[in-house]
Amino acid sequence: MPTLDQPKTSSTISSHSMQKEGAPLRRKARISYRAALGEALAQEMRRDPTIVIMGEDIAGGMGAPGQQDTWGGAFGVTKGLLGEFGRDRVMDTPLQESAIIGAAIGAASNGLRPVAELMFNNFIGVCMDQLLNQAPKFRYMFGGKLSTPVTIRTVYGAGIRVAAQHSSAYHSILTHIPGLKVVMPSSPFDAKGLLIASIRDDDPVIFFEHIGLFDKEGEVPEEPYTIPLGEANVVREGTDVTIVAFGRMVDLSIAAANSLQTQGISCTVIDPRTTSPLDEETILESVADTGRLVVVDEGNPRCSIATDIAALVAAKAFDALRAPVQMVTAPHCHVPFAPVLEDAYLPNPEKIETAVRSIVRAARA
Amino acid sequence: MIELDRDQLISAYRIMKTIRVFEDRLAVEAATTAMAGPLHLYSGEEASAAGVCMNLDARDRIYSTHRPHGHCIARGLDIKALMLEIYGREGGICNAKGGSMHLADPALGLMGANGIVGGGMPLVCGAALAAARLKTGGVAVGFVGDGGSNTGQFLESLNFASVFKLPAIFVIEDNGFAETIASSWACAGDHVKRAEGFGMPGRRVDGFNVCDVYDAAHEAVARARRGEGPSLLDVKLERYYPHEQGISDAMRLPNHVAWLKANSDPITLLRTKITSAGEISESELSAIDKAVDVLIDEAVAKAQSAPPPPVSELLTDVYHAYP
Repeated sequence: MPTLDQPKTSSTISSHSMQKEGAPLRRKARISYRAALGEALAQEMRRDPTIVIMGEDIAGGMGAPGQQDTWGGAFGVTKGLLGEFGRDRVMDTPLQESAIIGAAIGAASNGLRPVAELMFNNFIGVCMDQLLNQAPKFRYMFGGKLSTPVTIRTVYGAGIRVAAQHSSAYHSILTHIPGLKVVMPSSPFDAKGLLIASIRDDDPVIFFEHIGLFDKEGEVPEEPYTIPLGEANVVREGTDVTIVAFGRMVDLSIAAANSLQTQGISCTVIDPRTTSPLDEETILESVADTGRLVVVDEGNPRCSIATDIAALVAAKAFDALRAPVQMVTAPHCHVPFAPVLEDAYLPNPEKIETAVRSIVRAARA
Repeated sequence: MIELDRDQLISAYRIMKTIRVFEDRLAVEAATTAMAGPLHLYSGEEASAAGVCMNLDARDRIYSTHRPHGHCIARGLDIKALMLEIYGREGGICNAKGGSMHLADPALGLMGANGIVGGGMPLVCGAALAAARLKTGGVAVGFVGDGGSNTGQFLESLNFASVFKLPAIFVIEDNGFAETIASSWACAGDHVKRAEGFGMPGRRVDGFNVCDVYDAAHEAVARARRGEGPSLLDVKLERYYPHEQGISDAMRLPNHVAWLKANSDPITLLRTKITSAGEISESELSAIDKAVDVLIDEAVAKAQSAPPPPVSELLTDVYHAYP
């Protein structure tokens, strides 16, 4: 495995447009998050014949008289894989999430290494037994006798006007469950390296792809590589405040940090990249230096990864804190439809700046 | 109808008798000693586990229910390791982390009992998918109760298995009650017709007759191995104990279980059948009975004297390496 320097995440905020036509899998200087994910899948499927991918419209057109491979998944990530790997390994399924996710989990116990796509993370409600009582518990309750090397890719997040039942960010719910690993790539580079690491991992991994990041471009090495699960990326280093952010919130935090820099406030931005396992050490070391913490997360705030990190720092770095911990999250409500309401729902760079300024000013006053 | 040969009949008898003595002994121990944990006992249903599992070999996988001891024994799980697990002691088959409802031994193709009613059914599809893709020739069997037959996970799995023509066999053990609720009331329509509705053969099976179960499972396994897809068996049987030890069974009529034991006990029926044919002697079966009694005595004694697991087990096997 080549050792690669991790490029700093681009500070440009990606567009939020949903694209159903997948980008072709050809190398260019910079490739999209979508293409990086597709490349990871293709390379791993070439390497390991036990990998099958399955899900609703993962290719598209199964059983239909017209074209095949029409979608490549709802966001085009898997487009083109059908032609190379065929229907035995690229499985369009009926729309029945318990069966899809449960079959992927069962196959993982029996010699395959499946990657299932759960079209939107809101659909965990339909297959939650498999994610709550089955996959995460086999290794433990069967005394280590069963491994479940399954990866479940799912799309989360708001910003494209599809409202309450297709826009939530439910990574915190799954982070609560021992036995699962939860991955949240924020860039094309991380998307590829983390997906390959997830596929090769012998535990069940839930892989959260942000709905607004598929078109984001970045530098991605052509060869396969892995990023260890549980290793944070310090995206930006500063001295006054530590910002911990996940998924698309990383770009928003960088934008806020760049703006704050011009106001004389220096921020570290940490992207833990996985909520489970969580790289506590990197967060605690940074807070020890800066004395201030802002957690930015798109999920609802109660019992969330944001409160989890706030509690972590309160318990283990209390002496270092020079100001109250701030959280910038969605409010305790659902994603609304009207654009003005959805925009008000989401964290943005202005909200992050306000939170940072509130604790720097408080401390300096 | 496939007839069981002499060795198979003896084997069926030994499996069923082992299950019966194992379960009846647990009922006594639970009532008279301090034992932790729920027990859902399989006495009365032995013909189903034995008749199905006698058709399976090392390629095959089974998924069980919250009432799993019979399936585990029929699949060949080590009796002492099973007893240690149910007692929550060191040396249990799942390191005392699972207990009665969460038993597995993947080396035997026993992929997991399931405390969630219907929760194992999508996993059956996955095991069958793996067998098909890896061309092992294996089949996957999912046991489920009449309660589980009404869950969404089960019905989704019937569709999924049929769409992909998976080598899966769904075995509904309809013992008349989901906890206290009568299956005749709770299961709309007919299980066999449900199978037909999903495009797979369904067959009603006499769960008191191990030979009928064997024959039905044989047909379903053969179909699955030929690559023709899944089947459903609707096995009608009854349990001798309440849903769970220690709780009310009063929804059944008084004396119903006594009548069952006297008139349609699957082990007595088998014993009568094979001894009246003259091929197998009473003394041969009595020798099996004696050996089974010794085996269960030893397993209980060992479990009762075994130490609990070390507390260091608490944080093992959460992940392949704890983060």
